[in-house]
Amino acid sequence: MKLTLTIWRQKGPDSKGKFVSYPMDNVNPEMSMLECLDVLNESLAERGEEPVAFEHDCREGICGSCGFMISGVAHGPQPATTVCQLTMRHFKDGEELVLEPWRSRAFPFVKDLVVDRRAFDRIIESGGYISVSTGNAPDGNAIPVGKEESDRAMDAAACIGCGACVAACPNGSAALFTGAKIAHLGILPQGQPERDRRAVRMVAQMHEEGFGSCTNIGECTGVCPKEIPLEVIARMNRDYLGGAWRERKNVVTTIAPVSDWDFAKK
Amino acid sequence: MSSAVASPRDNRAPGFWGSTNGKKAVMAVTGCILFLFIIGHLLGNLQIFESAARLNAYGRLLHNLGELLWIIRGVLLLCVVLHIWATFQLWSRNREARPVGYKVKKSVASSYADRTMYWSGPIVLAFVIFHLLEFTAGTIHPESRFIPGDVYHNVVAGFSVWWVSAWYIFSLILLGMHLRHGLWSMFQSLGLNHPRHTPVLKQAALWIAILITAGYISIPVSVLAGWVR
Repeated sequence: MKLTLTIWRQKGPDSKGKFVSYPMDNVNPEMSMLECLDVLNESLAERGEEPVAFEHDCREGICGSCGFMISGVAHGPQPATTVCQLTMRHFKDGEELVLEPWRSRAFPFVKDLVVDRRAFDRIIESGGYISVSTGNAPDGNAIPVGKEESDRAMDAAACIGCGACVAACPNGSAALFTGAKIAHLGILPQGQPERDRRAVRMVAQMHEEGFGSCTNIGECTGVCPKEIPLEVIARMNRDYLGGAWRERKNVVTTIAPVSDWDFAKK
Repeated sequence: MSSAVASPRDNRAPGFWGSTNGKKAVMAVTGCILFLFIIGHLLGNLQIFESAARLNAYGRLLHNLGELLWIIRGVLLLCVVLHIWATFQLWSRNREARPVGYKVKKSVASSYADRTMYWSGPIVLAFVIFHLLEFTAGTIHPESRFIPGDVYHNVVAGFSVWWVSAWYIFSLILLGMHLRHGLWSMFQSLGLNHPRHTPVLKQAALWIAILITAGYISIPVSVLAGWVR
C-alpha cells in the first residue's frame, strides 16, 4: 500500500522544526507503525539523510516507551493500541498520516518525535510507592485482598506511563496518569498507611511540573492504550481532598523539574 | 551529561485553593449551589402560567424577605465569583501547559458540550448581567416602561421584543449545555465516580439540562406566541 508520512522534524529543542512529507510506495499492511518508520529510516540512511528519531523498546505494547500523535490522535485511530502494536492495515491506501510528538510544557522537546517524560518519573518518586520492611519475603496470603479490589488495582496498575493522556488532553493535564498511580496503590491494603500523603505529594509534584487541570471530558481515556477509566481521576480527587484536609503539616517535598534537554531554562 | 537531573526541595504544598484539584472541588460546590438556584428560580418563574396575581405575589414574597434576600444574593454572588475566578486561573494555567499546539488534533471521546464550557460560561455570564439589568434593576427595558413590583407586566413586555427573547433562548440553551457537563462533572471533581452509577448520572444530567432549558424557554415562547399576555 501507498502512504504519505508527514513528520515533524526538529534537530533539538533550540532549533526550528518543520513538517516534512515522505511518500512511501511499498508499505506492507502487516507492518506496525514503528516498523513503517524503521523502513523509512533505512531509506533515509541510504540517502544519507538523518533518520527520524522516535522512542521504542519492547514493541509489544507494555513498556510505554513509544507514542506520538497520528493525524491528531495519540497512538493513532485504533482504540487500546500503542503505536508499536498499530498495524498499517488500519489505514487507507494513499492516506496521509501526520506524525507529531506529544506537546506539553511538562514534556520538554528532545528530537523529532521524542519528548522528555521524566516529569512522570518524578510524580512516581514523590509518592507512587509503598514502604515495606526488608527481610524475608512475607507469606503469600498474610494480607487478604478481595478479588474485586485486586482486579481494580490491577486495572489501574496497567498504566504504562506513555503520556498519551497528557498529549490528548486539551489542557495538558496528567490527571489520568497520576490518578492511575494513586488508585492502584490506594485500593490495596498495603497502600493504606501512606494513602493521604501519597495523594497530597503526587498532586503537589504534578502541580510543580506544570501540567494543566482536569476538566473531566475524557479525551485521555479515549486514547489510553490501557483504557484506564476516568474513575481513577475521581479516586485521586477523593484521596487528595481527604488527604489535604487530614495532613497535619502542609509542607511537602517536591522535586524541581530539571531537564537536560530544556536548554531554554538554563 | 548534566548531573543535576533532579533536586528535592521543601515546598509548601499547593494548598486546597492552590491545587488544580482543590479549585475544581470549589467549582463543583459553587456550581451545585448555583444549580439549586436555577431550579428554584425556574419553579418561581413558572408561576407566570397560573396568573398575573400569583407571579406578582411571588415577587412581593421575595422582596419581603428583607435581609434574608440579601444573604441569599450574597451567597450566590460569592459562588459566581469563586466559580469564575477558579475557572480563569485554571484556564490560564491550561493555556501555558501546551505552549506549542498541534497541526492536527481530533477529539475522540468528549462531547460538544464538554468542549465548549469555556464559551458557554462567559456567554451565560453576559446574559445574567443583561437579565438582572432588565428584570431586577429595570435599567434596560427596551420598548416598554419597567414597573417595579409588576413582575408579570415586565416579563410580558420584555419578552414581546423579539431580540430579547431570542437572546434569552440562545443563552438558556448554552446554560443547558453547561449543565449537561457540569451536573455530572461536579461529582467527578468531588471524587465520586462509579462504573455502575456514573453512566446513569450522565443520562440524568442530560435530561435535567433539557428539562430546565425547556422550562425556562417556555416563557418567552409563550409570550411571543401570544399565550401569555
